[in-house]
Amino acid sequence: MVDFSSLTKGDVVAEETFHLTRDNLVRYAGASGDFNPIHYRDDIAQSVGLPGVLAHGMLTMGLAVQPVSNWVGDPARIVDYQVRFTRPVLVDGATGADVTVTATVGALEEDTQIARIDLTAKYNDETVLGKAQVRVTLA
Amino acid sequence: MAVNPELQGRVFPPTAPYLVGREKIREFSRAVLSTNPVNFDVDAAVAAGHADLVAPATFPVVVQEATLAQLLAEPDAGIDFSRVVHGEQRFTYTRAIVAGDELTATLTVSSVKSLGGHNMITADSDIVDAQGTHVVTAISTLVVRGDED
Repeated sequence: MVDFSSLTKGDVVAEETFHLTRDNLVRYAGASGDFNPIHYRDDIAQSVGLPGVLAHGMLTMGLAVQPVSNWVGDPARIVDYQVRFTRPVLVDGATGADVTVTATVGALEEDTQIARIDLTAKYNDETVLGKAQVRVTLA
Repeated sequence: MAVNPELQGRVFPPTAPYLVGREKIREFSRAVLSTNPVNFDVDAAVAAGHADLVAPATFPVVVQEATLAQLLAEPDAGIDFSRVVHGEQRFTYTRAIVAGDELTATLTVSSVKSLGGHNMITADSDIVDAQGTHVVTAISTLVVRGDED
Protein backbone atom coordinates (compact mmCIF):
# COMPACT_ATOMS: atom_id res chain seq x y z
CA MET A 1 0.00 0.00 0.00
CA VAL A 2 1.27 3.43 -1.00
CA ASP A 3 2.10 5.67 1.99
CA PHE A 4 0.49 9.09 1.50
CA SER A 5 3.15 10.83 3.61
CA SER A 6 5.91 9.52 1.32
CA LEU A 7 4.58 11.43 -1.70
CA THR A 8 5.75 14.80 -2.95
CA LYS A 9 4.10 16.93 -5.62
CA GLY A 10 5.94 16.35 -8.90
CA ASP A 11 6.96 12.74 -8.16
CA VAL A 12 6.65 10.49 -11.20
CA VAL A 13 4.90 7.39 -9.80
CA ALA A 14 4.53 5.35 -13.00
CA GLU A 15 5.43 5.38 -16.66
CA GLU A 16 4.46 2.87 -19.34
CA THR A 17 4.26 2.59 -23.11
CA PHE A 18 1.31 0.78 -24.66
CA HIS A 19 1.53 -0.58 -28.20
CA LEU A 20 -1.85 -0.48 -29.94
CA THR A 21 -2.75 -2.42 -33.07
CA ARG A 22 -6.00 -2.69 -35.01
CA ASP A 23 -6.60 -5.93 -33.09
CA ASN A 24 -6.79 -3.88 -29.88
CA LEU A 25 -9.41 -1.60 -31.43
CA VAL A 26 -11.59 -4.52 -32.51
CA ARG A 27 -11.29 -6.05 -29.04
CA TYR A 28 -12.22 -2.75 -27.38
CA ALA A 29 -15.19 -2.29 -29.74
CA GLY A 30 -16.54 -5.68 -28.70
CA ALA A 31 -15.90 -5.20 -24.99
CA SER A 32 -17.36 -1.68 -24.83
CA GLY A 33 -20.16 -1.96 -27.40
CA ASP A 34 -18.82 1.06 -29.33
CA PHE A 35 -18.94 -0.15 -32.95
CA ASN A 36 -18.40 3.22 -34.65
CA PRO A 37 -16.70 2.16 -37.92
CA ILE A 38 -14.15 5.01 -37.77
CA HIS A 39 -12.35 2.68 -35.34
CA TYR A 40 -11.94 -0.17 -37.85
CA ARG A 41 -12.55 1.07 -41.42
CA ASP A 42 -10.12 3.45 -43.15
CA ASP A 43 -12.59 4.28 -45.93
CA ILE A 44 -15.22 5.47 -43.47
CA ALA A 45 -12.67 7.32 -41.32
CA GLN A 46 -11.45 9.13 -44.44
CA SER A 47 -14.99 9.94 -45.57
CA VAL A 48 -15.48 12.03 -42.40
CA GLY A 49 -12.19 13.86 -42.84
CA LEU A 50 -9.86 11.74 -40.72
CA PRO A 51 -6.48 10.51 -42.01
CA GLY A 52 -7.42 6.93 -41.09
CA VAL A 53 -8.64 4.63 -38.34
CA LEU A 54 -8.23 6.03 -34.83
CA ALA A 55 -8.39 4.51 -31.36
CA HIS A 56 -11.56 4.96 -29.32
CA GLY A 57 -11.01 7.89 -26.95
CA MET A 58 -12.36 5.67 -24.19
CA LEU A 59 -9.69 3.05 -24.99
CA THR A 60 -6.98 5.67 -24.53
CA MET A 61 -8.68 6.81 -21.29
CA GLY A 62 -8.99 3.20 -20.16
CA LEU A 63 -5.37 2.22 -20.72
CA ALA A 64 -3.95 5.52 -19.45
CA VAL A 65 -5.21 4.81 -15.92
CA GLN A 66 -3.71 1.29 -15.76
CA PRO A 67 -0.26 2.43 -14.53
CA VAL A 68 -2.02 4.22 -11.66
CA SER A 69 -4.19 1.16 -10.94
CA ASN A 70 -1.02 -0.97 -10.67
CA TRP A 71 0.89 1.61 -8.63
CA VAL A 72 -1.92 2.00 -6.08
CA GLY A 73 -2.57 -1.78 -6.15
CA ASP A 74 -6.35 -1.75 -5.99
CA PRO A 75 -8.31 0.19 -8.64
CA ALA A 76 -11.11 0.58 -6.07
CA ARG A 77 -8.92 3.33 -4.55
CA ILE A 78 -9.70 5.49 -7.58
CA VAL A 79 -12.45 7.90 -6.50
CA ASP A 80 -12.48 10.22 -9.51
CA TYR A 81 -11.04 10.10 -13.03
CA GLN A 82 -11.47 12.70 -15.75
CA VAL A 83 -9.97 13.48 -19.15
CA ARG A 84 -10.43 15.73 -22.15
CA PHE A 85 -9.92 14.21 -25.57
CA THR A 86 -7.62 16.65 -27.36
CA ARG A 87 -6.02 14.72 -30.27
CA PRO A 88 -6.77 11.43 -32.02
CA VAL A 89 -4.47 8.40 -31.81
CA LEU A 90 -4.14 7.11 -35.39
CA VAL A 91 -3.52 3.37 -35.47
CA ASP A 92 -1.71 2.28 -38.63
CA GLY A 93 -2.84 -1.09 -39.97
CA ALA A 94 0.72 -2.40 -40.33
CA THR A 95 2.72 -0.62 -37.63
CA GLY A 96 0.09 0.28 -34.99
CA ALA A 97 0.69 3.17 -32.58
CA ASP A 98 2.56 3.71 -29.31
CA VAL A 99 0.97 5.66 -26.45
CA THR A 100 3.28 6.60 -23.58
CA VAL A 101 1.67 7.41 -20.25
CA THR A 102 3.43 9.28 -17.43
CA ALA A 103 1.73 9.57 -14.03
CA THR A 104 2.86 12.40 -11.76
CA VAL A 105 1.69 13.54 -8.32
CA GLY A 106 -0.30 16.71 -9.09
CA ALA A 107 -1.71 17.58 -5.67
CA LEU A 108 -1.95 16.12 -2.17
CA GLU A 109 -5.13 16.63 -0.13
CA GLU A 110 -3.88 16.26 3.45
CA ASP A 111 -7.27 16.21 5.23
CA THR A 112 -8.74 13.38 3.14
CA GLN A 113 -5.44 11.59 2.26
CA ILE A 114 -6.36 11.78 -1.40
CA ALA A 115 -3.60 12.15 -3.98
CA ARG A 116 -4.33 13.69 -7.36
CA ILE A 117 -2.27 11.96 -10.03
CA ASP A 118 -1.90 13.84 -13.31
CA LEU A 119 -1.50 11.80 -16.48
CA THR A 120 0.38 12.75 -19.61
CA ALA A 121 -0.47 10.53 -22.58
CA LYS A 122 1.66 11.04 -25.69
CA TYR A 123 1.42 9.66 -29.19
CA ASN A 124 3.99 10.83 -31.80
CA ASP A 125 5.43 13.24 -29.18
CA GLU A 126 2.10 15.07 -28.80
CA THR A 127 -0.32 14.88 -25.89
CA VAL A 128 -3.64 13.22 -26.70
CA LEU A 129 -5.42 13.81 -23.37
CA GLY A 130 -5.91 17.11 -21.56
CA LYS A 131 -6.65 17.68 -17.87
CA ALA A 132 -6.22 13.94 -17.28
CA GLN A 133 -6.51 13.60 -13.51
CA VAL A 134 -7.00 10.58 -11.29
CA ARG A 135 -7.84 11.06 -7.60
CA VAL A 136 -6.88 8.09 -5.43
CA THR A 137 -7.66 7.62 -1.76
CA LEU A 138 -4.73 6.47 0.35
CA ALA A 139 -6.56 6.70 3.68
CA MET B 1 -29.68 21.28 -37.33
CA ALA B 2 -29.07 22.73 -33.88
CA VAL B 3 -29.26 20.94 -30.57
CA ASN B 4 -32.48 21.76 -28.74
CA PRO B 5 -31.54 24.04 -25.80
CA GLU B 6 -34.66 22.83 -23.94
CA LEU B 7 -32.87 19.52 -23.37
CA GLN B 8 -31.02 21.15 -20.49
CA GLY B 9 -32.36 19.81 -17.21
CA ARG B 10 -34.23 16.90 -18.79
CA VAL B 11 -34.20 13.69 -16.75
CA PHE B 12 -34.67 10.36 -18.56
CA PRO B 13 -36.28 7.16 -17.24
CA PRO B 14 -33.89 4.71 -15.51
CA THR B 15 -32.31 2.11 -17.80
CA ALA B 16 -33.09 -1.60 -17.46
CA PRO B 17 -30.90 -3.24 -14.77
CA TYR B 18 -27.42 -4.29 -15.98
CA LEU B 19 -26.02 -7.40 -14.27
CA VAL B 20 -22.22 -7.17 -14.10
CA GLY B 21 -20.67 -10.56 -14.92
CA ARG B 22 -17.18 -11.85 -14.14
CA GLU B 23 -16.43 -12.69 -17.74
CA LYS B 24 -17.54 -9.22 -18.88
CA ILE B 25 -15.14 -7.67 -16.35
CA ARG B 26 -12.33 -9.93 -17.62
CA GLU B 27 -13.16 -9.13 -21.26
CA PHE B 28 -13.24 -5.38 -20.60
CA SER B 29 -10.05 -5.58 -18.50
CA ARG B 30 -8.15 -7.28 -21.33
CA ALA B 31 -9.51 -4.65 -23.75
CA VAL B 32 -8.08 -1.74 -21.72
CA LEU B 33 -4.76 -3.61 -21.31
CA SER B 34 -5.14 -4.13 -17.58
CA THR B 35 -2.73 -6.51 -15.87
CA ASN B 36 -4.12 -5.89 -12.37
CA PRO B 37 -4.96 -9.20 -10.63
CA VAL B 38 -8.12 -7.82 -8.93
CA ASN B 39 -9.62 -7.41 -12.43
CA PHE B 40 -9.05 -11.09 -13.31
CA ASP B 41 -8.54 -13.27 -10.25
CA VAL B 42 -11.39 -13.72 -7.76
CA ASP B 43 -8.99 -14.81 -5.00
CA ALA B 44 -6.90 -11.65 -5.47
CA ALA B 45 -10.04 -9.50 -5.37
CA VAL B 46 -11.30 -11.20 -2.20
CA ALA B 47 -7.85 -10.85 -0.60
CA ALA B 48 -8.06 -7.11 -1.32
CA GLY B 49 -11.38 -6.98 0.56
CA HIS B 50 -13.87 -7.16 -2.30
CA ALA B 51 -16.89 -9.44 -2.73
CA ASP B 52 -15.85 -10.42 -6.27
CA LEU B 53 -13.83 -9.23 -9.29
CA VAL B 54 -13.35 -5.45 -9.40
CA ALA B 55 -14.15 -3.64 -12.66
CA PRO B 56 -11.58 -1.27 -14.22
CA ALA B 57 -12.03 2.47 -13.62
CA THR B 58 -13.62 3.14 -17.01
CA PHE B 59 -16.00 0.15 -16.96
CA PRO B 60 -19.08 2.33 -16.16
CA VAL B 61 -19.00 3.38 -19.82
CA VAL B 62 -20.59 0.00 -20.60
CA VAL B 63 -23.57 0.85 -18.38
CA GLN B 64 -23.64 4.49 -19.45
CA GLU B 65 -23.99 3.55 -23.11
CA ALA B 66 -27.72 2.81 -22.74
CA THR B 67 -28.31 6.34 -21.44
CA LEU B 68 -26.47 7.96 -24.34
CA ALA B 69 -28.61 5.86 -26.69
CA GLN B 70 -31.69 7.34 -24.96
CA LEU B 71 -30.33 10.85 -25.52
CA LEU B 72 -29.54 10.31 -29.21
CA ALA B 73 -32.97 8.71 -29.80
CA GLU B 74 -34.88 11.59 -28.18
CA PRO B 75 -37.12 12.86 -31.01
CA ASP B 76 -36.73 16.58 -30.27
CA ALA B 77 -33.01 16.49 -29.32
CA GLY B 78 -31.70 17.64 -32.71
CA ILE B 79 -28.47 15.67 -32.31
CA ASP B 80 -26.91 14.51 -35.60
CA PHE B 81 -24.89 11.46 -34.49
CA SER B 82 -22.51 11.70 -37.46
CA ARG B 83 -21.35 15.07 -36.11
CA VAL B 84 -20.87 13.99 -32.50
CA VAL B 85 -17.33 13.99 -31.04
CA HIS B 86 -16.53 12.85 -27.50
CA GLY B 87 -15.07 15.92 -25.81
CA GLU B 88 -14.65 15.02 -22.15
CA GLN B 89 -15.36 12.13 -19.79
CA ARG B 90 -15.40 11.83 -16.03
CA PHE B 91 -16.25 9.11 -13.49
CA THR B 92 -16.93 10.08 -9.87
CA TYR B 93 -17.09 7.06 -7.58
CA THR B 94 -18.78 6.27 -4.29
CA ARG B 95 -17.45 2.72 -4.60
CA ALA B 96 -15.93 0.44 -7.24
CA ILE B 97 -18.14 -1.80 -9.40
CA VAL B 98 -17.77 -5.54 -8.62
CA ALA B 99 -19.09 -8.65 -10.37
CA GLY B 100 -22.63 -9.41 -9.26
CA ASP B 101 -23.69 -5.77 -9.11
CA GLU B 102 -27.04 -5.01 -10.70
CA LEU B 103 -26.76 -1.45 -11.94
CA THR B 104 -29.32 1.07 -13.17
CA ALA B 105 -28.43 4.39 -14.79
CA THR B 106 -30.46 7.58 -14.86
CA LEU B 107 -29.49 10.29 -17.33
CA THR B 108 -29.78 14.00 -16.64
CA VAL B 109 -28.78 16.54 -19.28
CA SER B 110 -26.94 19.01 -17.07
CA SER B 111 -25.92 21.50 -19.71
CA VAL B 112 -26.45 22.49 -23.35
CA LYS B 113 -24.15 25.24 -24.60
CA SER B 114 -23.40 26.84 -27.92
CA LEU B 115 -19.77 27.70 -28.61
CA GLY B 116 -18.36 28.98 -31.89
CA GLY B 117 -20.95 27.28 -34.07
CA HIS B 118 -20.72 24.01 -32.14
CA ASN B 119 -23.00 22.67 -29.44
CA MET B 120 -21.74 21.09 -26.24
CA ILE B 121 -23.98 18.73 -24.30
CA THR B 122 -23.07 17.49 -20.85
CA ALA B 123 -24.86 14.27 -19.87
CA ASP B 124 -24.67 12.96 -16.29
CA SER B 125 -25.52 9.29 -15.75
CA ASP B 126 -26.10 8.43 -12.11
CA ILE B 127 -25.46 4.72 -11.63
CA VAL B 128 -26.97 3.00 -8.58
CA ASP B 129 -26.99 -0.61 -7.35
CA ALA B 130 -29.97 -2.91 -6.70
CA GLN B 131 -30.51 -1.23 -3.30
CA GLY B 132 -30.66 2.19 -4.99
CA THR B 133 -27.34 3.23 -3.45
CA HIS B 134 -25.05 5.44 -5.53
CA VAL B 135 -22.05 3.67 -7.10
CA VAL B 136 -20.66 6.07 -9.70
CA THR B 137 -21.65 9.03 -11.83
CA ALA B 138 -20.43 8.98 -15.43
CA ILE B 139 -20.30 12.42 -17.03
CA SER B 140 -19.86 12.81 -20.79
CA THR B 141 -19.43 16.03 -22.69
CA LEU B 142 -20.37 15.59 -26.33
CA VAL B 143 -19.45 18.13 -28.96
CA VAL B 144 -21.86 18.37 -31.88
CA ARG B 145 -19.97 20.03 -34.70
CA GLY B 146 -21.72 22.78 -36.62
CA ASP B 147 -22.52 22.72 -40.35
CA GLU B 148 -19.48 24.82 -41.33
CA ASP B 149 -16.91 22.04 -40.73
